[in-house]
Amino acid sequence: MSPYTSTLGGERHRFDSLARLLAAASPERSGDRLAGLAARSAQERVAARWALAEVPLTDFLTQPLIPYEDDDVTRLILDTHDAAAFAPVAALTVGELREWLLSEAADAVTLAALAPGLTPEMVAAVSKLMGNADLVAVARKVRVVTAFRSTIGLPGRLATRLQPNHPTDDPAGVAAALLDGLLLGSGDAVIGINPATDSPKAVRDLLELLDGVIERYAIPTQSCVLCHVTTSVDLMERGAPVDLVFQSIAGTQAANASFGVTLGLLDEAHEAARGLGRGTVGNDVMYFETGQGSALSADAHHGVDQQTVEARAYAVARRYDPLLVNTVVGFIGPEYLYDGRQILRAALEDHFCGKLLGLPMGLDICYTNHADADDDDIATMLTMLGVAGASFVICTPGGDDIMLNYQSASYHDALYLREVLGLRPAPEFEAWLGSIGLLDERGGIREVSGTTHPLTAIGRELAA
Amino acid sequence: MANGELWTALRRRTQARIGLGRAGSALPTRHRLELQAAHAAARDAVHSPFDPDAVAGRLPGMPTVRVRSAAPDRLTYLQRPDLGRRLHPTDRAHLPVGDWDVVFVVADGLSSRAVHEHAARMVRSTADRLGETWRVAPVVLAEQARVALGDDVAAAMGAKAVVVLVGERPGMSAADSLGAYLTYAPNPGVTTDADRNCLSNIRPPLGLDYETAAAKLAGLMERARELGGTGVRLKDETDPDGVVEPLL
Repeated sequence: MSPYTSTLGGERHRFDSLARLLAAASPERSGDRLAGLAARSAQERVAARWALAEVPLTDFLTQPLIPYEDDDVTRLILDTHDAAAFAPVAALTVGELREWLLSEAADAVTLAALAPGLTPEMVAAVSKLMGNADLVAVARKVRVVTAFRSTIGLPGRLATRLQPNHPTDDPAGVAAALLDGLLLGSGDAVIGINPATDSPKAVRDLLELLDGVIERYAIPTQSCVLCHVTTSVDLMERGAPVDLVFQSIAGTQAANASFGVTLGLLDEAHEAARGLGRGTVGNDVMYFETGQGSALSADAHHGVDQQTVEARAYAVARRYDPLLVNTVVGFIGPEYLYDGRQILRAALEDHFCGKLLGLPMGLDICYTNHADADDDDIATMLTMLGVAGASFVICTPGGDDIMLNYQSASYHDALYLREVLGLRPAPEFEAWLGSIGLLDERGGIREVSGTTHPLTAIGRELAA
Repeated sequence: MANGELWTALRRRTQARIGLGRAGSALPTRHRLELQAAHAAARDAVHSPFDPDAVAGRLPGMPTVRVRSAAPDRLTYLQRPDLGRRLHPTDRAHLPVGDWDVVFVVADGLSSRAVHEHAARMVRSTADRLGETWRVAPVVLAEQARVALGDDVAAAMGAKAVVVLVGERPGMSAADSLGAYLTYAPNPGVTTDADRNCLSNIRPPLGLDYETAAAKLAGLMERARELGGTGVRLKDETDPDGVVEPLL
């Protein structure tokens, strides 16, 4: 493997492999430092970027970062690479790809056609040469539209996941939080619960609760109780009302193994869920979560920096035409992303890389309380990701998740974002909001009274 | 039922921040400030310095010894969990070697507040329940410490088992939650999280109280000694509350 070199400030910098080069070119973050992969100085970081800019894109096809024989994600990436789709950029270097992506030539149609020709390593590499504004400008051009009972990703739209978690999965507590979210116009991407346990019985009870509400009020959305893929397969076999199959995924075979998943298991679940035919306007049935740091946390990163490994998880996701993919960007903790600045950068990178690879990218814009971040960081991230055209964001009551003990965006935050950027909910959900009296004359969410609105029946029965 | 009454009734079913009302699209001032107050309590818990003297003062009659991890300061500690798991090289020599059955390690973790409020009571309540056959080492008070530091401490002192009482990652509704991790025959660098048993959310009056937690912990310790190990095997013989939790 030929070394990569550049000269900066009179000093010759040498990077022994593509993986070393990518890691050194990455913006500063605590996870790469923890892994011993970060650039040793600010100058070395920039020197790596100079060298990276000169790398032909074809190098990523001939020099896998993790050996083909050792890793099924590498095999998936290389075996499914679409040479015809790649042709328009095949002669470019990483630096030239950046300029082409930013140019007018790279419009929505061109970028959609290019997606199967790009690999995760290529998009990760080019992201390292881009500023935050570049990541917004390019991602904004990309549109990925998916559908189940609502349509996600249309221009001018922003969907939300309503997340009514409860530490003991108490149905009354979940329903109370569900009502709160619906009255604030949330839930068009999915009504999704992180259950406190993965027991099939507990998951099924929650699925039936959500299915009952969706059916009773004819809400054009889908439910998901975020359990292990094997639990979903088991529940589907027993006739439980599964809309979407969820799974956390990562960018290496070994990291996926630490989650207890294989491509074979995902294939099986995907086929089973599609076979149920529960969608109305589409049949995209998978929901994936990812996040920088998971491969390092599982000691399964193979010396690849955390952002590049994260982009490789998107190759796993796109195999299944998912309805939703989101990075849980600040969840793992400050040993991976230290502060609001690092979390923002990672959010923009993940969104950009996922979109370029053809995924319906959303975000859980979040932090833990031991990271150096606060609600102003949430507002900054939300605004930038809204401008960048994120498909959806996750919302919790008051931005405080009492089950997972972390801070995320709130339903109010989503109202803010729709208002300042003129974004609207998914069209089917918007029509439903209108039909149930929750839209005001300007298309915003109306504040309603608990005494009159029909949805509050969900809560009145509980409160009685 | 009026709007306010409905939400008052529903809030009895969940601690989630529901029915907050609106100021335009945003939160009303009161709720915005309440969220900031809860976040501030959590942040302060993470960054409040550990006061080992205060904990030692609440352990009358029990000898104590102070150590630091290899993480030199809080900022490094938060970014380098590997350093928080290792003893500071010069502090290793402070630890008395002996034929101990168990050593209690009080570790600041992510909330020194949890440790200040709950750790001494947990050490005393648990030690009181152990039989005469348990030789208890001096209590180790460890700064900038993660759970696995206990493995290093136990190995340095020659203790057969270690109980780490550690401040848990603070949530907005709980900034003072203490965790207790039991490891039998710990081996630094080899022992993993799957080899431990954990009791979490020790935080009276809202969480687990001292007497219940100490009874569970002492019971686990007796069974660990019979089995010669902790972790999944031990979990199978305990009640559903004695679960292995994800570690910080």
